[in-house]
Parts: sequence; structure tokens; C-alpha cells
Amino acid sequence: MLETELVSLKKRIVEYAALVEQMIKQSIQGLMEKKRSLLTEVIEKLEPRANEEEINIEEQGTVVMAKFQPTAKDLRIILMILKMNNDLERMADHAVNIAERGLFLIENPMVKPLIDIPKTADITIHMIKDSIDSFVKEDPGLAKSVCERDSKIDSINNQIFRELITYMFSDPSTIEQSIKLIQISNNFERIADLATNICEDVIYIVEGRVIKHHKEENMGTSH
Amino acid sequence: MSNKVKIKAENINFFYGKSCALKNISMDIYENLVTAIIGPSGCGKSTFIRLFNRMNDLIPRMRFEGKICLDGEDIYRPKVDIADIRRRVGMVFQKPNPFPKSIFDNISYGLKVNGMKDKNAIEERVVKSLEDAAIWNEVKDRLHENALGLSGGQQQRLCIARCLAVEPEVILFDEPAASLDPISTKKIEELIEELRKDYTIVIVTHNMQQAARISQYTVFLYLGELIEYAPTDELFTVPKNKMTEDYLTGKFG
Repeated sequence: MLETELVSLKKRIVEYAALVEQMIKQSIQGLMEKKRSLLTEVIEKLEPRANEEEINIEEQGTVVMAKFQPTAKDLRIILMILKMNNDLERMADHAVNIAERGLFLIENPMVKPLIDIPKTADITIHMIKDSIDSFVKEDPGLAKSVCERDSKIDSINNQIFRELITYMFSDPSTIEQSIKLIQISNNFERIADLATNICEDVIYIVEGRVIKHHKEENMGTSH
Repeated sequence: MSNKVKIKAENINFFYGKSCALKNISMDIYENLVTAIIGPSGCGKSTFIRLFNRMNDLIPRMRFEGKICLDGEDIYRPKVDIADIRRRVGMVFQKPNPFPKSIFDNISYGLKVNGMKDKNAIEERVVKSLEDAAIWNEVKDRLHENALGLSGGQQQRLCIARCLAVEPEVILFDEPAASLDPISTKKIEELIEELRKDYTIVIVTHNMQQAARISQYTVFLYLGELIEYAPTDELFTVPKNKMTEDYLTGKFG
């Protein structure tokens, strides 16, 4: 019946999110600890699993729509699960990019100690955890708090960029490394954006309100 | 498919007088699964399932060609025990048709006709059938009241209990919820999902959403021909035949 299918799909999304979180954690860990094996595992073992799971969840969601023609909240849940599925796969792609850039970076001594990137990684991973939590608990308050953290990531990303620009100016031999670090910071910024997408989806499921593209601000108080 | 074949239909042709109602149909019904038969009105769905318990034999001037095997044995072979076939392959009809007797006697009738004499055994079987048909709680305090006093949905579940009492292997449902309200329909659908654990179910329905919800295999018939037969998940997402696609998306029927 529909209820059992929805429970199964929700469980699958939560497990998928856990896989994606693991990929991100492992990529940053491999970079910080200079462990090649952690990085290659993300690329060679975990990414194929993430790709396959995206397809499986999509197929299951499609069959549920065809068989049960869900309406109202059930419909919103299924549609948002399909969207979250895509966003999680994109996050996995970013984790792979981080791992690939990490493989390059660990071959040489770092231009500067890594402080801001692991900080960004930590905030981002918590945003993913809380966004999935807000989905499971149907908690729009928690979802909104994740959206608010996105601006912190944007500002750290800017800071990293400006700092590395000064390094590149003063020493051109650091250019390649600096660019890779800027790219990694961008990857985290994108992952954080995708986590806020998930939160916007949760608010739509629970309240039926669309807040993406900052529509809420535009709407003001009139209805 | 890991479930075994319970009923096998081979090269079925069926005629009402000169008119051909079913053309060259071959398919398998799998054990402990729900197989739904869908198609527009008049396409031969009810005619087709009535072949599985030889109900069509009662129609004058009918002609049947082909083979229908239940557990590998042809049910149209000479000297077959037709009453036994109809016990093993039960049927629930569109309009509930309880006997004009008490609720208890509706269920015990079939048992007595089949030779059961022990009162305790009969009572035990009546109770179990009513429980399995998810109606026991609603009738346990009025077993000796007339069955015709029950609501439509209750009467239908009583008919299901009556069918279960004689321990069939296959249950044929011919549009069982067509005359019921949405809540009674849901109860019947949930019951069918429970029953499939122990029985093989074939259901004719003109409600394709119902077929999508409760079946594992779906057969699409049109003008007496088998157009497509596939796992339900596939048929409703990626039908192979254009006619199936047109029917499902409401272009005809």
C-alpha cells in the first residue's frame, strides 16, 4: 500500500544522505591526513554506489506515482523525494571533485595550513545532517535554520578566495595549489546550497509554501 | 518469475454462438500473486475468468477451444469433477449475492454440501472464514440474523467468507468493489492483499487504478485479444504496446 511505499522511500533517502555525508567526510579527511586510499575509495567505490542508488530511488518513486496517484501531502512528499534524490547525487559529485583535487594537493606541502576549508566542511556536513533531520521529523523550524547558515558558508568562501589571491600574487608557484583550494571551497559552497534546497523542499512538504528563490521575502505580508 | 504457475491458459478461443468473444489467448497465472485483468467494457474480461472455474458451461450455445490447466491438469478434460473445480477455484461477483439465510448458514451451507457433519468443526470453520474475511467483529453478535440485513460492503465480505470456507486455492474476483463506496472498496482491497499470502487471486476490474494498487501482474484485453501482459510496475510505467499506453492515458475506453 502507499503508506508502506512512502516509509520505504523515506528510509532510502535517509540512507542515501548518509552515504553522501560519508563521501564528503572522507574526502576532507583524506585531504587533511594526506591519505590517498581514503580519497581513491570515494572516487572508485563510493561514487558508483551513489550513482546507482540515485537511479534506484528514481525508479521506485516513479512506480509509486504510477501505481498510487498520490495527492496532497503524499504527492508533495514523493515529488520532493525525487528532487532531494537529484540534489544528493549532485552533492556526491561535488564530494568526488573534492577527492580528485585532494589527490593532487596531497602530493606537495601545503602553501598554508588548512583552517578555513575544514571549518567550511564541518558547517556544511552539519547542514546536510540537519536538512535530512528536518525531513524525517517534518520540522520546518529546523529547515529554516539550515537555510540561514548558508550565508556563513558564502562569507567563508569569499574569505578563502581573497586570502588565496594574495598568496598567488606574492608567489606564482602557489597558483596551481591555490586554484585547487578555491575550487574545493566552491564545491562546499555548492553542497551547502543543495542542502538549503532540501530544506526548501521540506517546508513545501509540511506547509505547502514555496520559499525558494527567496520568494518569501518578495511576497511580504500580503496574501 | 519465481512463483510457480497455478493456472495455464493455452490458445483459448471462446464463442457465444457464432460471435468470437476471446481470440487465441495464452497466459500464465502465478501462485500467491494478484493478477488483474483490465480493459474497456465488453472486451471479454469476465468471460475470460469464468473459464477458470467453468462457469461459462452454463451458457447455452457456447463453444470453447484450447486448454486450461490447474496445477498442470486440464480442467476441461472428460470426466473431470466440475464441482471440485468450482470448490478449488472460488468466485466473488460484482453484486454481492449472499443466500437469503442467516449469516451463519451462508457459510455453513457449502461445508454441509461438501459432506461436513461435525457441528463443532463446522462452527470452527465458520468463525475462521469470517475472521479471514475481516468481518468477524461486525457479525459475531448476530450470526443468526438474515444476511440480507448487512450493508453492501459487509455482504461482499460475507460472500468472500463463504468462498473461503470451502478452502479454495484460487479466488476469482469479478469487479468485486464496483457497487461499493470508497471506504468499503479500500477494505476489500486490503483484504485481497492479505488473502494473496494463502491464495492465488485473479481480479477483473474496469478501474485501472485499482489494478495498479493491488496487483503484481496485469493483463490488458481489448476486443477479446490479449494486448499486453506484464508485471504491474512495468505496465503502468513503460507499457510496451501503444494501445495499452492509449488505454491507460484515457485516449479510449
